[in-house]
Amino acid sequence: MADTRPAPRVGLFVTCLVDVYRPTVGFAAVKLLEDAGCTVEVPASQTCCGQPAFNAGDRATARDLARSTIAAFEGFDHVVVPSGSCAGQIRKHYPELLADDPAWAARAQHLSARTHELVSFLTDVLGVTDTGARYDGTITYHDSCSGLRELGVKEQPRRLLAKVEGLTLNELPGAEVCCGFGGTFCVKYPDISNRMVEAKTADIAGTKADTLLAGDMGCLLNMAGKLKREGSAVRVRHVAEVLAGVTDTPPIGEPIKSGRA
Amino acid sequence: MQPTTHAFPENARKALSDERLQKVLAIAPAGFVNRRKQAADRLPEFEALRDQGRDLKNHVLANLDTYLEAFEGKVTEQGGHVHWCRTDQEARDAILGICRKVGAKTVTKGKSMISEEIGINDHLEANGLTPIETDLGEYIIQLRREPPSHIIAPAFHLSKADVEGTFRQAHTDLPADRVLDEPKVLIAEARQVLRRKFQQADVGITGANIMVAETGSTVIVTNEGNGDLTQILPRVHVVIATIDKVVPTLEDAALVLRLLARSATGQEASAYTTFSTGPRRPGDLDGPEEFHVVLLDNGRSALLGTEFQDVLRCIRCGACMNHCPVYGAVGGHAYGWVYPGPIGSVMQPALLGVKEAGHLPNASTFCGRCEAVCPMRIPLPKMMRHWREKEFEQNLQPAAMSRGLALWGWFARRPALYHAATKMAARALGMLGRGKGRFARLPLAQGWTRHRDMPAPEGRTFQQMWAEKKAAEKKGTR
Repeated sequence: MADTRPAPRVGLFVTCLVDVYRPTVGFAAVKLLEDAGCTVEVPASQTCCGQPAFNAGDRATARDLARSTIAAFEGFDHVVVPSGSCAGQIRKHYPELLADDPAWAARAQHLSARTHELVSFLTDVLGVTDTGARYDGTITYHDSCSGLRELGVKEQPRRLLAKVEGLTLNELPGAEVCCGFGGTFCVKYPDISNRMVEAKTADIAGTKADTLLAGDMGCLLNMAGKLKREGSAVRVRHVAEVLAGVTDTPPIGEPIKSGRA
Repeated sequence: MQPTTHAFPENARKALSDERLQKVLAIAPAGFVNRRKQAADRLPEFEALRDQGRDLKNHVLANLDTYLEAFEGKVTEQGGHVHWCRTDQEARDAILGICRKVGAKTVTKGKSMISEEIGINDHLEANGLTPIETDLGEYIIQLRREPPSHIIAPAFHLSKADVEGTFRQAHTDLPADRVLDEPKVLIAEARQVLRRKFQQADVGITGANIMVAETGSTVIVTNEGNGDLTQILPRVHVVIATIDKVVPTLEDAALVLRLLARSATGQEASAYTTFSTGPRRPGDLDGPEEFHVVLLDNGRSALLGTEFQDVLRCIRCGACMNHCPVYGAVGGHAYGWVYPGPIGSVMQPALLGVKEAGHLPNASTFCGRCEAVCPMRIPLPKMMRHWREKEFEQNLQPAAMSRGLALWGWFARRPALYHAATKMAARALGMLGRGKGRFARLPLAQGWTRHRDMPAPEGRTFQQMWAEKKAAEKKGTR
């Protein structure tokens, strides 16, 4: 049965960390969305969702950035974010931040209702059941806190990963326990953060997985950084890379092979 | 108790390098977490009860004066006395006054966090009285002269061997060669010692998990029965409680009890749930001759109507700290005062001021597990964020952090400059890091690289690559 509806027009909110650290995740997200029949646009006027300011107690800056993000993403059918944390900021906290601002409250609500974390958008909104990818390896999956507890992202990535050919999922004990990243927390309280990420890498090692996946770059940089410091061979990737079959970029924290542009 | 909350980072470092403590922390919280989950899963209406609990407490807080006055009326009607105390000092004076009036020498105590908050033991001792904790955990830490490290398990930070050592040192009248290797034996010894103290006591002080306005009853829950002996055997029973503990009816008390036991210990009900309603009446077989309620505010009424009001819904179950990864890393003493864990991170700035306790609401990843299990659905991370706002307004945050965030904020408000700057940063870090794929050390990032590597960026920003891709596509279609 041919679907005659126009392709959903999706605005990609790239997120700071994907933009600077790992553009591969952005392209993986675009591929997943286009494969599922969306047209994807990336407004150049986006910067950061403002969460660092919001969590530092600087509501004025957080509000300014919320307003500019709202303005940048008006007119899309959906806004998709390859991060539960940034998506949570837009969905849960923008309406709260701008509730008393008559010019912006409704616009914040409107954006909130149309904004989704990438994987849950694929499954829950588009009804994707299989991304047609292949990954030869045993993976384990860490549930990032904001995606899990603010947005209810739990089964969605597992459902899609189960369809990836060649992939085995070994569940991570304590998958729902924070990895110790927490934005500026990890540099403000490095010793406590270290204790938390140590516990996490010990759990990861216990799964015997060769690959660690998660849906948030912050957690991934933290866990990859610790695994590499410990000399672990576990490969670390954003879940979108595996679901899109975009795995030619070296895993997070691994050297870029010479000869490759 | 002199707070050391301002020294939280040093306290935490000490706790992290305390191998004995780390061994305890590696095991103990998981027991609470699993038992709570099983208890919640067994009760289909548990989530609905949480909603009811939240709504009940919101209603109480909106009508607090009415219910407190109704409670006082009932207590008085039944021959008891209510002492309204604005501050910790007033509460200490009130309790000492009651003790002096009856010529008390020995005071037994049930477990009460409020008694820790007002430092009643030190005050009684300084005035020549002997306070004796009768909750096993409290008894142990009293012998060790330590504060509690958990609100329902005061000796949470101790192992069995620690307790054995403490008892050998304290109970010198018992045979030195006795075997003390089992929890059962340790408990029996504590019971034996405490039994004598219960009989000597002139005054018994307990806390209150709940106060019931319609009956003037106070309610305590324990698993040891020590609270009952504390309040029944002495001539005088003093209840110390804060104003937020009142509920309208017995029915409401039942709701709180159902949530409390499951959230705290995973029990359907605590082993002992005891309602005290006034002094002994003619014909009663037992009960105290005098019944006093010391009703303490100590800064709580100032939270009403503010962004922190919701914290007054707390029923002190401890679930937030049991599930907190920060508490799990450093334990309770690092928080430097009476209330540890997420509830402490919201309460301590309220009670001690944000200058003394500002570290606590910052020492959170906002992982949200505390809110996810709180029986009263207190938005703890949100309130920690509100404390950070207070700090920001008062310019109390570390200067380097504020400057860094301000600079970042300046760029983030200017997309063109922001993208130019990120492009340069990605390029520089990408070039430097591509060989190894990561940095073992980076200037300005020691906090990160002390314990972990910093993965290197790919070298170009997504925005840059996307713009090039779009330009190429345009050229191709031309």
